[in-house]
Amino acid sequence: MPSLGADMDAGTLAEWMKKPGDVIHRGEIIAAVETAKGVIEVEVFEDGILDQIFFQPGQEVPVGQVLATICAPGEYQVTKAPLEAPATVAELPTVEIAKPNGPDAAPAAQPAAAPVATGPVRISPLARRMATDLGVDLNLIHGTGPGGAIQRADIEAAAKAQKAAPAPAPEPVPTPVPVVEPTKAEIPPKVEAAPPTAPAPEAKKAPDYQTAMRQAIAAAMSRANRDIPHYYLETRIDMSNAMRWLAEENTKRTIKDRLLPVVVLLKAVAKALTEVPELNGFWIDGAHQISESIHIGFAIALRQGGLITPAIHDVDTKTFDELREAMNDLILRTRGNKLRSSELTDSTITVTSLGERGVEKVFGVIYPPQVALVGLGKIIDQPWAENGMLGVRPVLVATLAGDHRATDGHKGGIFLEAFNRNLQEVEKL
Amino acid sequence: MNTSELKQIILEELGKVAPGADPNDLELDENVREGLDIDSFDHLNFLIGLHERLGVDIPEKDYGKLNTVNEILQYLSAVKM
Repeated sequence: MPSLGADMDAGTLAEWMKKPGDVIHRGEIIAAVETAKGVIEVEVFEDGILDQIFFQPGQEVPVGQVLATICAPGEYQVTKAPLEAPATVAELPTVEIAKPNGPDAAPAAQPAAAPVATGPVRISPLARRMATDLGVDLNLIHGTGPGGAIQRADIEAAAKAQKAAPAPAPEPVPTPVPVVEPTKAEIPPKVEAAPPTAPAPEAKKAPDYQTAMRQAIAAAMSRANRDIPHYYLETRIDMSNAMRWLAEENTKRTIKDRLLPVVVLLKAVAKALTEVPELNGFWIDGAHQISESIHIGFAIALRQGGLITPAIHDVDTKTFDELREAMNDLILRTRGNKLRSSELTDSTITVTSLGERGVEKVFGVIYPPQVALVGLGKIIDQPWAENGMLGVRPVLVATLAGDHRATDGHKGGIFLEAFNRNLQEVEKL
Repeated sequence: MNTSELKQIILEELGKVAPGADPNDLELDENVREGLDIDSFDHLNFLIGLHERLGVDIPEKDYGKLNTVNEILQYLSAVKM
């Protein structure tokens, strides 16, 4: 179970996208995990064959616990071992705890226990959540989707049936209900010992994502304010050139390909970071680690409240069009609850843009273990003095929150200066 | 296409970029970005949606004329009818 954030200590396995014996490639998505940040797709970081899986959808797994093993193509053996009790699974050796930013999704160690031979319940995360919400036991449902997958309709039918037939039926005759297959556990025992009023086992409460996300943000931000000695810098940037360039560029583009100012701003941040790499990286275990790649965590507010800062990878090497596409994709997936594990763990710096609602400047809180956060306000027409003349210009206030353990204000100043310079020469970005 | 059909399309496209919010609750003279709490990204996707449904190309310089449902309706009626 990878750590998908500094404050995550467990996740619930939602779905396996691959099954034992499947050939998998680096970067492929093998599983989906439910966390405080929604359902995250877990990628693998090596090629091979999915050998054994140790957890089934619905199980909560601590961070660092082995989810599955991957073996080299030659090593894979089809094992026909019988289904092991879950107790064996719990005894599996834990492998190293994933580092906050380590892409150690695929464990290297080979646990010795017998494999789980059954296939997972085939169900989409959405349907799974629905089942939890409605208190429907997935094991009692026959999926009618492709490959026996459980679909929304199945859940709805099962929920209806459950409602129609209260769990402790007065008649000991099990009434067969559509889709739900009664199991031994469900058939009311004929013995008197069980009181007829005994309540059905309470359905697991649906996870409250709002609360979970608030707690995740609370933990990360408390840690930031406790551990990071922040310093703050602010600069005003004349955006005339950048906005003119953008307007002209956009007249040449169809509506679908038009660039939003934020694309240009992110690119300018990334280019400035190549000049001041000290702000791009982490503070881990008392040491400053500069990252070579520039992965910008872009704060995206969610409609239902809370925010996520998924990483846009390698911003410095992307063209404007690649960046526009990457952002489009990322924002849609963030809101659609379809992020990948690397996007939650890879950010090397955060950019937050709060200009949408007229905020002029943002003094941000650094997301640990990162060492800097860039805040962008609204671009507003303001008085601007230059060459002894007073004029009106579109002005952006950019701020930098820096970790004083890693850098000093002087470095931060050089960064903001480079950022400004890049925005005066957008065509060179 | 009459005005009420056009209005229906506008509300549908707004609904797509603001899931969870109901565009029917908007006052016709209310700023749609504020009323539905959508950002510039959603707004652009809304305009792209209108472009695909109606085949109108809205130049960037006209974005400022499209703040409320009434304004959008007026603008599209002028181009479309």
